[in-house]
Amino acid sequence: MSINILMPALSPTMTEGKLARWVKAEGEAIAAGDVIAEIETDKATMEVEAVDEGVLGRILIPEGTEGIAVNTPIGILVAEGESVPDAPVPATPAAAPASVAPATASASAAPAPQAAPAAAPTAKGRRVFASPLARRIAAGKGIDLSTLKGSGPNGRIVRRDVEQAASAAPPTPKPAAAAPVAAPVTAGAGYERVPHSTMRKVIARRLTEAKTTVPHFYVEMDVQLDALLALRKQLNAASPAEGPDAYKISVNDMLVKAAALTLRRVPKVNVAYSDDATLVYDDVDISVAVSIPDGLITPIVRRADTKGLRQISNEVRDLATRARAGRLKPEEFQGGTFSISNMGMYGVKAFSAILNPPQAGILAIAAGERRPVVKGDEITIATVMTVTLSVDHRVVDGALAAEWVSAFRNVVENPMSLVV
Amino acid sequence: MNTTQFDVIVIGGGPGGYVAAIRAGQLGLKVAVVEAAQLGGICLNWGCIPTKALLRASEINHLLHNLGEFGFAADNVRFDFARVVKRSRNVSAQLSAGVAHLLKKHKVTVINGFGKLAGMAGGQRKVSVSVDGKETVTLTAPNVIVATGARARVLPGLEPDGKLVWSYREAMVPKELPRSLLVIGSGAIGIEFASFYRNMGAEVTIVEVADRILPVEDAEISAFACKALEKQGMKILTGAKLGAIRKGDNSVTIDVTMGGKTRQVMVERVISAVGIVGNVENIGLEGTAIEVDRTHIRVDPYCRTGEKGVYAIGDIAGAPWLAHKASHEGVMVAEQIAGRTVHPINPLNIPGCTYCRPQVASVGMTEEKAKAAGHKLRVGRFPFIGNGKAIAMGEPEGMVKTIFDDATGELLGAHMIGPEVTEMIQGYVIARTGELTDAELKETIFPHPTISETMHEAVLAAYDGALHI
Repeated sequence: MSINILMPALSPTMTEGKLARWVKAEGEAIAAGDVIAEIETDKATMEVEAVDEGVLGRILIPEGTEGIAVNTPIGILVAEGESVPDAPVPATPAAAPASVAPATASASAAPAPQAAPAAAPTAKGRRVFASPLARRIAAGKGIDLSTLKGSGPNGRIVRRDVEQAASAAPPTPKPAAAAPVAAPVTAGAGYERVPHSTMRKVIARRLTEAKTTVPHFYVEMDVQLDALLALRKQLNAASPAEGPDAYKISVNDMLVKAAALTLRRVPKVNVAYSDDATLVYDDVDISVAVSIPDGLITPIVRRADTKGLRQISNEVRDLATRARAGRLKPEEFQGGTFSISNMGMYGVKAFSAILNPPQAGILAIAAGERRPVVKGDEITIATVMTVTLSVDHRVVDGALAAEWVSAFRNVVENPMSLVV
Repeated sequence: MNTTQFDVIVIGGGPGGYVAAIRAGQLGLKVAVVEAAQLGGICLNWGCIPTKALLRASEINHLLHNLGEFGFAADNVRFDFARVVKRSRNVSAQLSAGVAHLLKKHKVTVINGFGKLAGMAGGQRKVSVSVDGKETVTLTAPNVIVATGARARVLPGLEPDGKLVWSYREAMVPKELPRSLLVIGSGAIGIEFASFYRNMGAEVTIVEVADRILPVEDAEISAFACKALEKQGMKILTGAKLGAIRKGDNSVTIDVTMGGKTRQVMVERVISAVGIVGNVENIGLEGTAIEVDRTHIRVDPYCRTGEKGVYAIGDIAGAPWLAHKASHEGVMVAEQIAGRTVHPINPLNIPGCTYCRPQVASVGMTEEKAKAAGHKLRVGRFPFIGNGKAIAMGEPEGMVKTIFDDATGELLGAHMIGPEVTEMIQGYVIARTGELTDAELKETIFPHPTISETMHEAVLAAYDGALHI
């Protein structure tokens, strides 16, 4: 009997995705375990493996189609020699939906820019059918209805769908999403239309949401780097010239560790806002922004406060390399309790970063440069960088933010704590 | 063509079974209904429908004795009790014939006899049909819907004897109006018979073992109903236990113990209305994977039993024992068999109605249950005395109570007592089924003047306050 091949849910939060490519063609024989298609989500491209064997009877959704809801029939698998139905087989309530299973992340496309546990695809401006009660409960719990699949009449989202989503996802501070806005185009202006990648859409939605719904404020401070640079020189000089134990610690590695130690000293910044409580994280997990083609992603150095500089250095290099190759696993970029964005290598003087919800803080690091500084009554030259902390004012007030950047300066300017 | 092979066999032609059969027929399935008695089942022949005909007569009697309020006078008002009962029977007969016509229209084969599951043959379910204990035919189908219904529960010592002690059946076709009557049990059935006989002129006493009448209703509605019925002259004994029963020639004396004190109640007739038991006997459940729990078949939310392809709906499949629940389950199962996507029934969306005077209707949770479920409540109340239409109609007795969840605005429950509330409760049922919140109910424009405005006011009362009180 024919079996519907359904759009698989490749992660617990996935509700729709793009059918990137059919690996098998209509009429081609399929063995269990064969890769039959590639699905692109907001995070990654995943392979879909067949669970049953048979022949790919019909392709219902052509490749390149976006926004396919999870569990939509995308193809029909038939037995050898069996006639092929035109339409998907009607489902009975008892029918087991899965005839395909997600393979492990493979990757060609870029994962998402950040790490919220409840990340979700965009609404695309289509009308969401949901009961008033479902809307009310979703608003109260901060659940984006456009990310849900309705189980009510004609696919309407009803209360149980929202409650199931709420129990599946950890609490997030995400308020109701703003309606998507169409960008106006200047009349007569020529342009090339570059369709958004899935990642671009996620960046647009997440950052719009963060910037418009989280009350940001910024605290800026100059930090002298000379002691840290001297320490780095000493450490790197101690590295074997080559071989497996060789290392080269970067300034960024040391700042990751410095931020982690600062969060231990001022733990009230290592938090997230939720509707009824402030969540104070147990661990210090630093998300490090990495620029990748057409976007960015924030792989995580977990429990960075407990790790040595060499380990941090190795992890950051490995994560960044795999991030650029699109080979990060979801758990390597989902989560994190605080972010660092370093644009020092571009020579920028200072910048302010947009928060990465539900995190309450992100540190923007600019270039270290030699500047005149006043010491006592003397003007001397020091290597100075400007750091800007962005915080969520709902959970971090001004005095606390100031305390944090001072503590950070203290750690950086007295860097021995990074190694002991 | 094989005349004994079907897609679906429905055992029982009551409001669950015949509706399932019609729906299955509409969806192109070949259907048989096996019915041992009359199409329409208890509901249509011995329950919902004929009692409504009787209650209508009793309301007319009440009105005729209260014409003065409207400026009328009528002398020598009387009724022919036999004709009152006859009309009720005619109503049932008319509707039962209507069901036969509907089944024919949807090409459903009706087979008279007692249906019973009889194992499998060639991957198909067998159902044997017998008349007077003799097997007449065996039918086969991949799907069987068991809809055999229920019957009155019998208390020891109060077995219906056709003369002094009545079940609903005898109470529905009395030869003459008894002068006095004891109704045992104050659920919907007991209260409706009490209301009928009282409004026809009998002395009525109700005994209830629970601490209030209509025990499944909200406590405030129970109290309101109790007061209203007592005002009409009924005696209501709650928290009461029955003791010794002595039958005379044309009377019954029963010991009733309340609060440690025992009194004797002497009446001409007794109606026993103490619940129902499912008809699970002799229908071939033995030796199958179908589980029976206290005379009811255990089913999942889709009415599936332990045997694949065998479904159970209606009273046999458990509470609430209501015809509309049975019919809805019948439709759901028929659509399921036809491969449609179906939704399980939410028990909190099934309305309950009692057609006494004043009527009682409700849906969802009582205040007590909503509290126990951990909700923070907003409760609204509105009396019919604040409603223009109710006063104009001369029916100002009643109230509406709404219960909302403070956090979400969900209508957790709605409870009504008063004229025509059984016709109005569907408004709140729609609100619950459509998952409307207080916002939509507040914004709904109710027509004026209608008694339905009380429903709107009760919603407003739960929030910013009703307008007309």
